[in-house]
Amino acid sequence: MTLQVSIQHRFARFDLDIAFEAPRGVTVLFGPSGSGKTTLVNAVAGLLRPDAGRIVAGDWVLLDTAARRCVPPHRRRLGYVFQEGRLFPHLTVRQNLTYGRWFAPRGAAAPSLPHVVDLLGLGDLLDRRPGALSGGEKQRVAIGRALLAAPKLILADEPLAALDEARKAEILPYFERLRDEVSVPILYVSHSSAEVARLATTVVALRDGRVTAVGPPSQVLGDVAAMGVRGAASVLVARVVAHHADGLSELATEGGRLWLPQVADAPGSTLRVRIAAQDVILSRARPKGLSALNILGGTITEVRPGQGPGAMVTLAVGADRLTARLTRRSAQAMGLAPGQSCHAIIKTVAVAPEDVGTGTHTLGAA
Amino acid sequence: MGADWANWLGPDEWQAVRLSLRVSLVATLASLPLGIFAAYALARWSFWGKPLLNGLVHLPLILPPVVTGYLLLLTFGRRGAVGEVLDQWFGIVLSFRWAGAALAAAVMAFPLMVRAIRLALEAVDPKLEAAASTLGASPTWVFVTVTLPLILPGVVAGSILAFAKAMGEFGATITFVSNIPGQTQTIPSAIYAFLQVPGGEQAAGRLVIVSVALAMGALLLSEVLARRVARRVAGA
Repeated sequence: MTLQVSIQHRFARFDLDIAFEAPRGVTVLFGPSGSGKTTLVNAVAGLLRPDAGRIVAGDWVLLDTAARRCVPPHRRRLGYVFQEGRLFPHLTVRQNLTYGRWFAPRGAAAPSLPHVVDLLGLGDLLDRRPGALSGGEKQRVAIGRALLAAPKLILADEPLAALDEARKAEILPYFERLRDEVSVPILYVSHSSAEVARLATTVVALRDGRVTAVGPPSQVLGDVAAMGVRGAASVLVARVVAHHADGLSELATEGGRLWLPQVADAPGSTLRVRIAAQDVILSRARPKGLSALNILGGTITEVRPGQGPGAMVTLAVGADRLTARLTRRSAQAMGLAPGQSCHAIIKTVAVAPEDVGTGTHTLGAA
Repeated sequence: MGADWANWLGPDEWQAVRLSLRVSLVATLASLPLGIFAAYALARWSFWGKPLLNGLVHLPLILPPVVTGYLLLLTFGRRGAVGEVLDQWFGIVLSFRWAGAALAAAVMAFPLMVRAIRLALEAVDPKLEAAASTLGASPTWVFVTVTLPLILPGVVAGSILAFAKAMGEFGATITFVSNIPGQTQTIPSAIYAFLQVPGGEQAAGRLVIVSVALAMGALLLSEVLARRVARRVAGA
């Protein structure tokens, strides 16, 4: 199912004018706060009625202001995971989870309660009330509640923003499982580049109420205009080969071996690794006597000078793209140009745990 | 124990206590749906004439009760605009009947009930209701499954306050439905009547004790429930 969204809405502070199409998988709406992400998701949910617009899920028209059609939120069959959980305080976890089932049409394809409880690890929480749950537990229940409403589309509005780093690390894998195990499309709002790299099949980058870029994460993450100079990054698909006794994991990419601080996944599993553009060093010749462990070979596809002193250089590493941010001075001195072969050097310790996620999904590399 | 109580109060006094309980109970229960509706309208909706509705609801709190009673008599009396219709079409007569006493009590207690429910409603996070609607609940179901359970302590507290107020209503009642033993003579009217005749002080005193006991009980109960509301709101 694809989701087509086109809305215009006028606020006191800024105007929203957004159109994009979200294919299957996880579509991440990415942008700084105040860029219109939440407004957009609320419009899809029916909680906010935009001045003008059209929203179509599959072949179902949810909103068409031109035709004066607006399906009320309770008939839209969505599962909305809010930033603050919004669990019902007067109901137990079990009652919260099954709340949506009361209203789902008979025979709707919903996962079973035991399956969701197992997927999200909620077994010990069922008889508690939301007041007695931690932030991470609340968000897991909120995800389960949305899933059990038999939604045709899942919306998640910065579901990790209210959590600390440890809780984020606890919840993110559940969204990865949703993406890989549940066929329902997900519209996910985030302002974290790491979440984009780990979850997205499609990224819609927003700024000041406008779409600045749409595409697969490998493409949008390297887009300085969309991500900002410091947010620009690339995503490599890597397969875990082995864990070593010195605390490192050995992974195989199409451009060579990648050594990372120990990852949790078993050998054989496929991971997505986010590498910030500013952490990549380029070398024309294969360097020797270097402390960095990771040297990947690739071919330059693009050299893009920035407005300041920097330049973005993109390499094709097998099917993946790797973007490096260097100075224009170095790019000129090295005579970098598309078509040349080049080596990318990445410090092992520059890759943080939140940059590594599971990903059997393709990145849809351009 | 029951027999002792029965002997402690004279038959006239018992009659007044029973009538008071019946009038107050009917007044509270019958006005509750309207009270919830008015509180919801005042807390959640913005509409033309909202200040007018707000004023109308609170008017009995500020007006002299005699004035409220007289207005009720003009409206719901046999010759009143509404009273005449009720009498001719439905055979319902309110003036000088216990049902009229219940109406007077309900009108006088209404502002207290609405205030308590409105406060509880304003403490409910509308985001929870939005969440329920995204899960498929229609506005009616959202109210029944989320809003109502969350405001229930406020509804109970408001009802108890209204009940206590109805038990004590005197001015509007005696103006609207007079002071007929067995028909409209509630505890306050009975105390007033006993005090008008020589030697009635003892009967009046006993009814005073009953009134104080009932009022204190109601107040304590509503206090406990109000605290529970506060706890729940803080815990959410």
